Amino acid sequence: MLDDFLVRVALAGVGTAIAAGLLGCFVVWRRMAYFGDATAHAAVLGVALALGFNISIFAGVAVVALAMSLLIYALAERDASIDTLLGVLAHGALALGLVAVALIPGQRIDLDAYLFGDVVTVTRWDLAVIWGGALLVSAVLWWNWSALLTATLSPDLAYAAGINPRREQLILTLLLAAVVAVAIKVVGALLITALLIIPAATARRYAHTPERMALLSVAIGILAAIAGLRVALLLDTPVGPSIICIAALMFAVATIGEQLRRIGA
Amino acid sequence: MSLIAAKGVDVRYGGQRVLQGVDIAIEPGEIVTIVGPNGSGKSTLLRVLVGALKPQKGRVTRAPKLRIGYVPQRLHIDPTLPMTVNRFLDLPLRVGPEDAASALQKAGVPGVGKRQMADLSGGQFQRVLLARAILGRPDILMLDEATQGLDQPGSAAFYRQIEAVRRDLGCAVLMVSHELHVVMSASDRVICLNGHVCCEGTPEVVSAAPAYRELFGTGTGGALALYRHEHDHGHDHDHDHHHHEAAE
Repeated sequence: MLDDFLVRVALAGVGTAIAAGLLGCFVVWRRMAYFGDATAHAAVLGVALALGFNISIFAGVAVVALAMSLLIYALAERDASIDTLLGVLAHGALALGLVAVALIPGQRIDLDAYLFGDVVTVTRWDLAVIWGGALLVSAVLWWNWSALLTATLSPDLAYAAGINPRREQLILTLLLAAVVAVAIKVVGALLITALLIIPAATARRYAHTPERMALLSVAIGILAAIAGLRVALLLDTPVGPSIICIAALMFAVATIGEQLRRIGA
Repeated sequence: MSLIAAKGVDVRYGGQRVLQGVDIAIEPGEIVTIVGPNGSGKSTLLRVLVGALKPQKGRVTRAPKLRIGYVPQRLHIDPTLPMTVNRFLDLPLRVGPEDAASALQKAGVPGVGKRQMADLSGGQFQRVLLARAILGRPDILMLDEATQGLDQPGSAAFYRQIEAVRRDLGCAVLMVSHELHVVMSASDRVICLNGHVCCEGTPEVVSAAPAYRELFGTGTGGALALYRHEHDHGHDHDHDHHHHEAAE
């Protein structure tokens, strides 16, 4: 029984790390970190709606994250420099979500579970959703990899090759919403962006091609998920933040290692 | 039939009119150069032809299944994106290693395949862009100020390379440039652009045309004459092309 529980938690972490590690590379390359934040923070509002209407948390989160990411996608077309607007949306959505959760009548809700993740209560059904989402994200990225990469490199080169970069941006937008829905159970709304960018940024230092960076990013994410889980069990700390701590530590070690190698060379 | 043609193209950025009623057509195999002062809409016109920019008025027609090889003015690769030259040549379509090596050879940068794009010099970078553009066996090569940042021998060598590529592939070449004397000699046809098409024809015809002389002066030092260009040079509408940066 205990084994079963640990396996479930580990599988949830690994599935999330795969989806976030792959998509995270594009988030880093295209500088979409704030975009990720806004989408992830909107998830709290999705939680409130799900509880209020008594539907599945995944569904509520997915719908609201999707609506937020599509809104940003539409706004980005009008104005390329929407940094400030993204900040307003990210924190506005978070605040609205917190207020909405408090307004829901009935039982007191443990908000921490949605802000920082609550992977120890993961069910078989949750696992199915997480792995389904991870496979979906991986498959879509696989099929569109070359076009996505070309559009990321330069929209004009994409147009010249007959690729519509707006379509590629829309694909990434939809996948981002999927990753938010997948990751909220494991790391929570506040730390999803961290799981997207830290493994990818760590992988950058040891990769010579985009593909290697993506694979390395997944490997680093998986390692952080498993090590974070162990640390959480050992120290009795929350799992989500522990995973991010390990990932951040790996980033720091990679950065310092890189600097030392440079000085040595 | 023309490879690619634009008819009555109008482009505005905000309130600025960048292009007005531009007609242009490129025939198979010819080398065409667009010249014009800064802000005359050269890059904008190229982006319209490539399909990166939708004109507010007018239309662009392409020959069916037209393959475009595009060499942008410059390409910024985000430092977070690792990219070897060989991987770059593989985008968006994978090519065999022999084809990649031969394209690098043709573009004048043999053997750089394993290097990071970020580690290349300016000239090498532009040549790798050229190699990628010719890998798709294009019907037309479009180059936007491709020699920017190269010294004069470097850019002369680059243009010789383009002529060699044209001989090899038989593709049309459409270039945007401000390096008049280098470019004019290599072109079959020159289009002088200043928001609209001022004049066009063979290099001899264009360099003798009054509209061209008003833009660039009569001396051989054409590049210097750019700065003598006045706003009120007798065209039928006004344009403040000197102040427009977005088209660059």
